[in-house]
Amino acid sequence: MMAAVILVCSLVLMLQFFVSYCRSLIGASSKEQLPLEVQEVTGISRVASPDDFTRVVQLLNLCPERPEDRSDLRAIGAYYRLLGFVRSTIALAAPSLRTWADRERAQCSYFAAVALGRRIAFSRNLLAQQMLP
Amino acid sequence: MPGPIEFFIWCACFVLEVAVVVCAIRAKVFRRYFPLNLYMAASAVGDILRFRILFHYGYTSREYFYFYYYSDALLTVALYLALISLFVHVFKELGAEKLVIFGACCLLIGTSLFSYFVIQQSTGRLLTRFVVELSQNLYFVGLVLTYVLWGAILKLRETRSQLVQLVLALGVYFSLFAANYAIRNLYPAISTLAIALLQFLGCFLPAAWAYAFYRLPKEARLVPSSLAVIPR
Repeated sequence: MMAAVILVCSLVLMLQFFVSYCRSLIGASSKEQLPLEVQEVTGISRVASPDDFTRVVQLLNLCPERPEDRSDLRAIGAYYRLLGFVRSTIALAAPSLRTWADRERAQCSYFAAVALGRRIAFSRNLLAQQMLP
Repeated sequence: MPGPIEFFIWCACFVLEVAVVVCAIRAKVFRRYFPLNLYMAASAVGDILRFRILFHYGYTSREYFYFYYYSDALLTVALYLALISLFVHVFKELGAEKLVIFGACCLLIGTSLFSYFVIQQSTGRLLTRFVVELSQNLYFVGLVLTYVLWGAILKLRETRSQLVQLVLALGVYFSLFAANYAIRNLYPAISTLAIALLQFLGCFLPAAWAYAFYRLPKEARLVPSSLAVIPR
């Protein structure tokens, strides 16, 4: 009985901490403006759509990987999938939860777009270094 | 002997623990978060000693068994103290550090006594059972305390990004471990799988802390109320 209570409490608190942790990762990027080329490629100017994430990640995979953003993208990817799960299961019964999940998924997409901008800049630097005699 | 995957996870965890200390020194926050760095350094040293004992005596030896559980209990107490140091950071401005430390010591003694009374009826291996019980209980107490700390951060409008991320990562880590221990108690048949998963989960905390020290400037600020699941 006690173990079951601990399990339920732990899972509920884990979800709360995980959501807040992912938000703290996303928070820093939400204030960043997207470079013009990213806006053109992704079609995202100021607000991203909840379903843009997969498309932006596909674009991200075309660029050379930056070791610095690998772990953040994994955590946000997991968060995005969790939100997708919530949206297609629990949120069916609660429309407000669906709106919340969509808002969060849109922020995940924006985070990926910011990462794309950084990767493009990184690729440019890499190319410039190779061009140097 | 552990399999190649277990061995890889073990090595990855060790590298991440060292990375936390290196990143903290690089970011010039080693002294500010000294108990956290001390815990990570102790974990890395513990890993090296476990490696040594494993190769010397073997995976199923009594020496490895005892060293694993006793070092785990000591590290759990060290992590508990690291958590208390985060409390001190948050409550410093209120001048309540001494009260926090006193409360933490009382809670640690209380948890130890509770663990002792739980295993008192056991006949053999009293000390070993005690350290295992103490670790489990401390993980749950740590989880509850981290939640209280998160509540205090939201209430006191603490804005230091690094501190906020350190606390949230600790919360995820404690809850994963507490859930893992609870699953092992509820379903002993899958405890082998749960123990294997535990090693993997153990990498989360050093990875998240290394990230916080590496990526976030120590002056970075954020609005914690925007992170709460239930908007405040």
